Amino acid sequence: MEETGQRRIDPVGIAIAGVLAALALIIILDTNALTLTSVYGVGPKAMPYVVAVGLGVLAIGNLVNALTGGMPAGEELNYQAIVRILGGLAALIAVIGFGGGFIIGTALLFAMTSAAFGRKAFHIDLLIGLGLATVVFLVFSKLLSLTLPSGPLEHLF
Amino acid sequence: MEAFGSLIHGLSIAAQPMNLMYAFIGVMLGTAVGVLPGIGPALTVALLLPVTFKLDPAGSLIMFAGIYYGGMYGGSTTAILINTPGESASLATALEGHKMAKAGRGGPALATSAIGSFVAGTLATLGIVFLAPWLVKIAIQFGPEDYFALMCVAFVTVSATFGDSPVRGLTSLFIGLMLGLVGIDTLTGQARLTFGIPELLDGIEVTTLAVGLFAIGEALYIASRPAHLADTIEPVRGSLWMTKEDWKRSWKPWLRGTAFGFPIGALPAGGAEIPTFLSYSTEKRLCKYPKEFGHGAIEGVAGPEAANNASAAGTLVPLLTLGLPTSATAAMMLAGFQQYGLNPGPLLFAERPDLVWGLIASLFIANFMLIVLNLPLVGLWVKLLSIPQPWLYGGILVFATMGTIAANPSVVELIQLVVFGLMGFLMRRYDFPVAPVVIGLILGPIAEAQLRRALSISLGDPMVLLQSPLSATLLVIALLALAAPFVLRGLDKMKSTED
Repeated sequence: MEETGQRRIDPVGIAIAGVLAALALIIILDTNALTLTSVYGVGPKAMPYVVAVGLGVLAIGNLVNALTGGMPAGEELNYQAIVRILGGLAALIAVIGFGGGFIIGTALLFAMTSAAFGRKAFHIDLLIGLGLATVVFLVFSKLLSLTLPSGPLEHLF
Repeated sequence: MEAFGSLIHGLSIAAQPMNLMYAFIGVMLGTAVGVLPGIGPALTVALLLPVTFKLDPAGSLIMFAGIYYGGMYGGSTTAILINTPGESASLATALEGHKMAKAGRGGPALATSAIGSFVAGTLATLGIVFLAPWLVKIAIQFGPEDYFALMCVAFVTVSATFGDSPVRGLTSLFIGLMLGLVGIDTLTGQARLTFGIPELLDGIEVTTLAVGLFAIGEALYIASRPAHLADTIEPVRGSLWMTKEDWKRSWKPWLRGTAFGFPIGALPAGGAEIPTFLSYSTEKRLCKYPKEFGHGAIEGVAGPEAANNASAAGTLVPLLTLGLPTSATAAMMLAGFQQYGLNPGPLLFAERPDLVWGLIASLFIANFMLIVLNLPLVGLWVKLLSIPQPWLYGGILVFATMGTIAANPSVVELIQLVVFGLMGFLMRRYDFPVAPVVIGLILGPIAEAQLRRALSISLGDPMVLLQSPLSATLLVIALLALAAPFVLRGLDKMKSTED
């Protein structure tokens, strides 16, 4: 580990410590709400408390690291690419949720991901995605008889 | 020889035509997916899990054996030809192998890695054959408190002892443990951390977590970097064959690598990084041409590759005999068992010897298939490597989501996948290790069940954990392993302030 002379306070590290503390709190609140009183030995409440205490201690550990500059600095982010991939995943979930089927959702995901990695041919990629998804669908539903969500396109087969 | 007889029985199962075909498909799929840059063996197994959903357990486990070894072979091909190791255990291979490929010696580098993996895989699988029945005999006497203590050791070594930062490793582990709490408590039927969402009652799927963390997290991470530099593939020029000199320089590193890899893999000490780096530094010290190291020394490929494969086989020892996964890949294998309601451990050896020994025998067969297929097919694998990055990651995400959809076609499951993907991305970006999360999710509930069983037998007396000599020893080991990195770091700091 490199020792830099200056002690830089790291906002991300503090945020991580905050998230861990919040998770610990959520576990404790959820566990307190369990109504069961007592069983032999240790009941279902013990382990959550142990995990919550562990997360609490680690929140302190991460906070100490953040205040003493133990965290590595992140490099610059390409937000656009992240938004595109997440958009593709959201499109897939929406299409499947509203009964559009596996093939259309997957084709959208493929094209959006490809765009996130810098391709500028969305329509062509969408067609490639449709082809790929159709092949995958046929192999998995006909050959391996797995059920994939169906929409208008899937009913054609 | 009892073990030998069981192995012959296993071979007779694995050599049935259908099972041979499963092994073949597994080997081909495993190599094809493992060769893709950025995909390590754990993700290979996770992505291919849905392919095996509809097979019978024996066929599926046999296919797994093929996928497991195939994924490892594929990973080293990538490491040599484009210098993007899919996992840290391939780092040493990439170091020397890629330099060899650049110098036009890619063929011999691939050959020594393939043959070394074969030698190591075969010897280490023999190691499993003889070690496993013996360990099973010991493990059958383990009480629940001993299992609990053993899992504590695994938790600590996987997350804290060998990582860069014990605090970050433990943070990952506890996030995994928390995820393991979600769902219905098996002993009392209480719903924990489900927040009224019925889909969460069954708990969190290990495959959803692994695919989200590894595949989607990785895709987000690679895409997020300002300029994604295209990797250049070194073409394989010249002969694939190793010269006499290459053979002479390779065989000892293969054997030494195996000797490092198998025992360290078999201990619950987490990961193949340590044996590969031990092997690398040993070969560097023993080599007659130490100046070649860093510029493409064949020993630096032969040794670490053998160590990597031997340790991968070694991790199957605690997995099969104790049900204890000590690497992300082993955790995925355990998930593969669990999809059939099978729990690896001494009982499985007794109840389903056909399954266990069929799997072990398939490891031999998969290894043999790989050595026969891999070098002739290297051209095909290189073609897979040249898929343009946008399509490659598009395809990876398609298969990642498809696995989840096929296993459980629900929107809630897909949302979990995306959340874990974001988590994986943030963990990669801020340097938190990912494997402990998977281990925590899969081992946490088992450890809790063992602890509660132990305490209900002792009527709630926690001293039961210290009364069994084995469990007491293991708990002390776990404590020492937990304290070690902090103490060592403290000593380092003291030294550096004295200077």
